[in-house]
Amino acid sequence: MKAFTYERASSPEQAAQMVARTPNAKFIAGGTNLLDLMKLEIETPTHLVDVNSLGLDRIEATPDGGLRIGGLVRNTDLAADLRIRRDYPVLSHALLAGASGQLRNAATTGGNLLQRTRCPYFYDTNMPCNKRTPGSGCGAIGGVTRQHAVIGHSDACIATNPSDMAVALRVLDAVVETVQGDGKTRTIPIAEFHRLPGGTPNVETVLAASEMITGVVLPKPLGGVQLYRKVRDRASYAFALVSVAAVIRKDGGSRVALGGVAHRPWRVEAADARLADGARATMAELLADARPQPENAFKVTLAERTLAAVLAQARI
Amino acid sequence: MARVSLQVNGQAHSVDLDTRTTLLDALREYLKLTGTKKGCDHGQCGACTVMIDGRRINSCLTLAVMNEGRRITTIEGLGTPEAMHPMQAAFVKHDGYQCGYCTPGQICSAVAMLDEVKAGVPSHVTADLLAAPDLTPAELRERMSGNICRCAAYSNIVDAITEVAGGTG
Amino acid sequence: MKFETAATVNPIDRMKVIGWPTERIDGPFKATGRASYAYEWHDVVPNQAYGYIVASAIAKGRINRLDVSRAKQAPGVIAVVTAENAGKLGKAQRNTATVLGGPEIEHYHQLIAVVVAETFEQARAAAGLVEVDYTREPGRFDLKAECDSATDPGKITGGKSDTTVGDFDRAYAAAPVTLDATYTTPDQSHMMMEPPSTIAAWDGGSLTVWTSHQMVDWARSDLATTFGMQKEKVRVVSPYVGGGFGAKLFLRADAVAAVLGARAAGRPVKVALPRPLSVNNTVHRPATIQRIRIGAEPGGKITAIAHESWSGDLPDGKADGAVHQTRLLYAGANRMTATRLATLNLPEGNAMRAPGEATGLMALEIAIDEMAEKLGLDPVEFRILNDTQIVPDSPSEASDDDPQAGAPTEGHESPERRFSQRHLVECLRLGAEKFGWNRRNPRPGQSREGDWLIGLGMAAAIRGNHMTKSAARVRLDRRGIVTVETDMTDIGTGSYTIIAQTAAEMMGVLLDKVVVRLGDSAFPVSAGSGGQWGANCSTSGVYAACVKLREAVAQKLGFNALDAVFEDGHVRSGGRSLPLVQAAGDGEIVAEDMVEFGGITEQYEQATFGAQFVEVAVDAYTGETRIRRMLSVCDCGRILNPTAARSQVIGGMTMGVGAALTEELAVDKRFGFFVNHDLAGYEVPVHADIPHQEVIFLGDGDPMSSPMKSKGVAELGICGVAAAVANAIYNATGVRVRDYPLTLDKLLPGLPAIS
Repeated sequence: MKAFTYERASSPEQAAQMVARTPNAKFIAGGTNLLDLMKLEIETPTHLVDVNSLGLDRIEATPDGGLRIGGLVRNTDLAADLRIRRDYPVLSHALLAGASGQLRNAATTGGNLLQRTRCPYFYDTNMPCNKRTPGSGCGAIGGVTRQHAVIGHSDACIATNPSDMAVALRVLDAVVETVQGDGKTRTIPIAEFHRLPGGTPNVETVLAASEMITGVVLPKPLGGVQLYRKVRDRASYAFALVSVAAVIRKDGGSRVALGGVAHRPWRVEAADARLADGARATMAELLADARPQPENAFKVTLAERTLAAVLAQARI
Repeated sequence: MARVSLQVNGQAHSVDLDTRTTLLDALREYLKLTGTKKGCDHGQCGACTVMIDGRRINSCLTLAVMNEGRRITTIEGLGTPEAMHPMQAAFVKHDGYQCGYCTPGQICSAVAMLDEVKAGVPSHVTADLLAAPDLTPAELRERMSGNICRCAAYSNIVDAITEVAGGTG
Repeated sequence: MKFETAATVNPIDRMKVIGWPTERIDGPFKATGRASYAYEWHDVVPNQAYGYIVASAIAKGRINRLDVSRAKQAPGVIAVVTAENAGKLGKAQRNTATVLGGPEIEHYHQLIAVVVAETFEQARAAAGLVEVDYTREPGRFDLKAECDSATDPGKITGGKSDTTVGDFDRAYAAAPVTLDATYTTPDQSHMMMEPPSTIAAWDGGSLTVWTSHQMVDWARSDLATTFGMQKEKVRVVSPYVGGGFGAKLFLRADAVAAVLGARAAGRPVKVALPRPLSVNNTVHRPATIQRIRIGAEPGGKITAIAHESWSGDLPDGKADGAVHQTRLLYAGANRMTATRLATLNLPEGNAMRAPGEATGLMALEIAIDEMAEKLGLDPVEFRILNDTQIVPDSPSEASDDDPQAGAPTEGHESPERRFSQRHLVECLRLGAEKFGWNRRNPRPGQSREGDWLIGLGMAAAIRGNHMTKSAARVRLDRRGIVTVETDMTDIGTGSYTIIAQTAAEMMGVLLDKVVVRLGDSAFPVSAGSGGQWGANCSTSGVYAACVKLREAVAQKLGFNALDAVFEDGHVRSGGRSLPLVQAAGDGEIVAEDMVEFGGITEQYEQATFGAQFVEVAVDAYTGETRIRRMLSVCDCGRILNPTAARSQVIGGMTMGVGAALTEELAVDKRFGFFVNHDLAGYEVPVHADIPHQEVIFLGDGDPMSSPMKSKGVAELGICGVAAAVANAIYNATGVRVRDYPLTLDKLLPGLPAIS
């Protein structure tokens, strides 16, 4: 871990200013992913701004019937919030499917959205990785690719986004709120928040360097049956091979998004309309452009079968 | 370097630390509280579990300097060999360990986990998110899954926790 | 004490302390965080500095340039040691690859430098500043591709590499029912929770290491060899070991780096292997490709059985002994086994829990299940039908130049080599009854509960019971405290407790009068912990020392040692009874002895047996497997402590579940390394994977095994488990997977169609 200086911010604006004015600075909140990566010198900030005392740890009603989740609300607290459990259960389910009790107690809403891929070639600094070292190549392509993306990837990167929470937020059409170093705030629809790798897999979100997530806004509740089904090799404490977040409504307006298949939560709005026709029809739309690696072609089948399970469960 | 005040097991400590020092290393290398274990140093095993303000976390993935003034409880703060915490005693009774290296983390995790259940925090296997969670074996296993035991005392650990939960629930 | 004839009645048979489910005496220390592991001895030597390991970034090739100048100038750095300035190092016989690499690199993440600094943070950061320029050389990383060039290693653990009995080819060709199938098992990692860790301190020409090691005396010898010292100048201390499973049998990078670092820094140095290096820097269970052929009569009697196995290792490495148990487990007049070893440039393969049997049974016990189905026989009955009390390959140890190795030879003293005890059939029958095996539908894919496909599977288990000499010292002090000292280790096995129970039983005192001190090379050399020999051999060594102590006590008290009874803190003889403590009234009494095995223990085949039963549920949509029930029935001699023994077995069962479902070191065949080299990427079972587990011990003492009449336990528990899971998955789904692990992608093509 490279040496760094450390300071605590007392307001979101101040935090963004602190990061803006210091070269190579980063925000630290839960630290569960950042410190992991700093120990391996995959992340090498020289200044850390601790944002844990900013008061962004509340979940509040919005005027239009939704909820604003503070960027520092811990994953456990978000999953356990009665309003989330009652009105946005897909989000509770997704959060609880991720990581462990200890990690959920530390990890924050904003940090979860920014967690980086678990691609083992990204994690091993001896290996080429365009995400870690732009231009060095992709170690995964042609290597061990069972966990990797089947859609939306590029010749530069086949990594997946590991977040469960983000898949639920994608199906809920959440909106990310940020503040920047100059004090400006903006809102970013979740659909636009994460990037596909293209030629610059090192750029994973649309955030600017000194831009901090202050909150995530959920639109008013969708109702319906909300399910999150995560499929992994062991029963818990593992990243998804495939996950399905779904809101199933009898009156139409059903939605689905996938985790574990792409560089970002994978949703194709046109596929939502096919949910009434079943898993195969939906997947034909959702994963129409899938280009799996030799080792992970099963993910396409698995996604379809997992969605079928979800649809069956929703009908019960 | 930074001067950090830590409240550990009811005692105040003031130490000069490298900003890079994790809470885990501060406990083990500076306060000589080696009961908290380093199994992976990357949040992948749970051996370093401690409680901060009553909540269980992986002490390897938080900096000491981030925990200024917070109430930290380690395995040493739960009990001593002569006066064990009920959870520690239950682990001994049910042989909820073998090599013992993951054990402090398992015990800290279990103690805090029962509080989470009491507070109504659901889990991945909670069928009804709106009902108070039950302490079924499936619930205990899911909630304890962040603590890996390679010797695999899992079956016995669940027995130990169940006994404590029954006695206090 | 020589143990050469069957044990007769002895004080252990009283079983007043032995055989009871005593809580571990070290338990309160472990449960309260007061047990000190290798990296945690803060106060044994002052001024400890921190070492951090630098590991090779390539699998094979050479270091052209290793520049430590930036690292040396980094804050807090005291020393940097590489092969260039380490001085001449010997290579311990037990190491395959050189521990300290450079300029030649033998495997990925091989140790190439250690950076010593004032703090851990400084050492780690400076390690990142070491600059290395390599030339990569092509390596061999694909076992399957190297099979054709594999050669006969000559031997495997437990015997020769190849054996033949009768005429396999003819019998197989003539058999009415045959099976010819190939199975693969992947490279696996021990992943014990405590990383290999060492504190090293020099005092003049003497060296002390506090380390995490299963075999204290091996560590001591190997350190002496590596550093060109007299063994007497090396002290190894390892009283608590955070798991090993075979990974801590050998001298590894943590110890070498700490010793080198301490020498260069001129002060004590502590080193722990970072978890991301724990796979490629150390040892692993090697992958195997196994071909099994079985021929049988329609009634189910096996007439021909062949087991061939291929594995790989670095040059001069070892073969996995996957075929060994096939020489012992089932009857059949015509047999052959063969082992071939390929040269690979992956990290060093070596022992992991039940080396040989663990991998071999993964294949053999699926094959037996497949064969039973072909024959229309119940798998339990098929196994019982082919049980044998005579070693099928006897005599097992034939001379190297005998082409008919293993065939019964005329004039041999014991053409029919027998097992000392073998209760496999009892294990199978009892297990079937307790598990409700009769509820299994022999037709696969027929049992469904909602979305879950339910299946039952089973397998037989066998694991060698090895005997090796073991010594101990026993003291009786003026307070009546019995102190046992031996360099035996407790790696989670319960050594502290069963040794205390042994001493208490022998000396007729309660457990609270016994103190056990382990894991120090200052104590007599024990069997150590490995190959499931530790419990039986180390307690036998303590038994031997206690026999000597009893003699000394009896003499002191004026009793005849032969008829003196040690009971309730007293010694009785001829109508007289005196307190034990009185014998030490004018000073401590010390006795030391060693048990050595021979005679009967070599005349009989010594093994432990078991039956594994598993119920699985497989999600009909996704192929996710959940273990619902597990039962292990074990025939492994007298159980010294049922609680600790049960723990050993459930640990093995769980590792077997991991082997069945998730554990695989994924090989990158281009770069030549194990890709998933941490605890996130290499998925071992977590709590949620494991149901309540049942263990039944038959518990019969085996008088041919030792004076304790006990046997190995810890490794039997893993044997057969993975195959039982695989067989249960087949029963649930109708999908026969012969390539471990049985991840869901391998099941998906055969699962029921979705609507």
